[in-house]
Amino acid sequence: MTASSNAGLATRATSNRFDVDRIRSDFPGLHQTIKGKPLVYLDNAASTQKPQQVIDAISGFYAHDYANIHRGVHELSERATRAYESARLKVQAFMGAASEREIIFLRGTTEGINLVAESYGRAHVGEGDEVLITTMEHHSNIVPWQMLCERSGAKLKVVPINDRGELEMDELEKLLGAKTKIVAVGHVSNALGTINPIRTIIELAHAQGVPVLIDGAQAAPHIKIDVRELDCDFYTISGHKMFGPTGIGALYAKEAILEKMPPYQGGGDMISSVSFEKTTYNRLPFRFEAGTPNIAGTVGLGAAIDYVNDIGMEGIAAYEEELLDYGTEALREVQGLRIIGEANHKASVLSFVLDGIHPHDIGTILDQEGIAVRTGHHCAQPVMERFGVPATARASLAFYNTREDIDRLVRGLATVREVFT
Amino acid sequence: MPTDALRELYQEVILDHTKHPRNFRVIENASHDAKGENPLCGDRLSLYILVEDGVIRDVSFKGAGCAISTASASMMTEALKGKTEAAAAALFGAFHAVVTGKEDADEDTLGKLAVFAGVCDYPVRVKCATLAWHTLNAALADKAEAVSTE
Repeated sequence: MTASSNAGLATRATSNRFDVDRIRSDFPGLHQTIKGKPLVYLDNAASTQKPQQVIDAISGFYAHDYANIHRGVHELSERATRAYESARLKVQAFMGAASEREIIFLRGTTEGINLVAESYGRAHVGEGDEVLITTMEHHSNIVPWQMLCERSGAKLKVVPINDRGELEMDELEKLLGAKTKIVAVGHVSNALGTINPIRTIIELAHAQGVPVLIDGAQAAPHIKIDVRELDCDFYTISGHKMFGPTGIGALYAKEAILEKMPPYQGGGDMISSVSFEKTTYNRLPFRFEAGTPNIAGTVGLGAAIDYVNDIGMEGIAAYEEELLDYGTEALREVQGLRIIGEANHKASVLSFVLDGIHPHDIGTILDQEGIAVRTGHHCAQPVMERFGVPATARASLAFYNTREDIDRLVRGLATVREVFT
Repeated sequence: MPTDALRELYQEVILDHTKHPRNFRVIENASHDAKGENPLCGDRLSLYILVEDGVIRDVSFKGAGCAISTASASMMTEALKGKTEAAAAALFGAFHAVVTGKEDADEDTLGKLAVFAGVCDYPVRVKCATLAWHTLNAALADKAEAVSTE
């Protein structure tokens, strides 16, 4: 963290107030009208809006410091390399990793999970082995493991959830056994908002010698991550869900595990030397970064991390928790509304259905009111199945949302009801 | 208060068909059937058709979906009875052109189905309005796989 951002943190901490108006003024995307009404953006679990600081960092990089990285001897290439590698250090600090060699840049959480399933999975998961996931996973934390199981002859085991949308930990303990080769679980559920007890899960798995991958796509914008304190083996995040650009994310993996993993994709940058007889792979983390990466994306991600650090993760979490409570109470007052996902520990997400009105119609009508929510299965069809609904409407919060946004949502839902009566 | 644009989409007749879908049943001796789904919003329907001598004698559906897809399926079943397969295909062509905004609604051609003209202002809802029709095509072509609008 730089001295200036430390100072910013201190100022905000002493004022002890979360200045949401000032934060909102940093996000140009929030200040527009949709269908003639001021936008209420409640689709943050799908993707977040970008602060001007991130937009400026990307355009400034392209305007002044852009070239390809790592091999150029010229000044621009050196500048671009410095920008790229300093973004890696920011991600390392953000995730609490011991070394920058443990941070691999890739397109996002989906690619992070695919990398582990393909590379670690190919080396360690075989016929008769088991991969343990949960009912509430996003499709991106289901399908790569299914593909691995298909290739290897391993079996996919799934931890059930209760009616509140929490993991059944007794069942998890029963399913975790000698055949389990890896556990993959979301930190926060995108469809339900449940914060999973990943520390306990990691302890239980490690007691059996089983490594754990955490899908952190939904956690990173809301909760402080500390991979060393968690002792997780893999943790993966997406830039665009935490106020950064699309097409960039990061995978954290313990160095000792990465050292033994075979390469994921072949190409430039991931090699030390190539001949037709023998290719020597590059050191970490470059061995897992084949081809010219999303350089400007990493610069934008670094700027997003600076931005979030400047506000402070603790303040963000406290503000959002209070807002989620307010939203939960407000939605409970709406007649005929059922909240899907009522875990004791939740973040950001208010998934719901309305009696007799399909979520897709809710989404269209709210859009006419200038309110952006997500409707559908949220890439979590097994969750929809579990709760016996074809789809839900989902309002998901970020630190720039306000009680007024929630009030507008509630008024919008009254309009939905009015259209259908 | 609902806006005029919303009232244009969710017209009384559409809401009526959503709440009370017509021909919402299985035809046991159907000559054709097919399943359709719109994975984006979770609409699923099964369509049943009885064709005799090239004429649609009976047509029905079951399933669950949003207001637009349910009303579209319900009104389609009413519109198709007594039509030849060729006339049904022509009607779909005219309906598709209107909901995608390529042509203005012509009540002489579309009859009651002209109420779906408002859908053209909601591009993501076109899939909802046409799901039953795509499923109709699949049923008449005896396609075994479920139709998906994705």
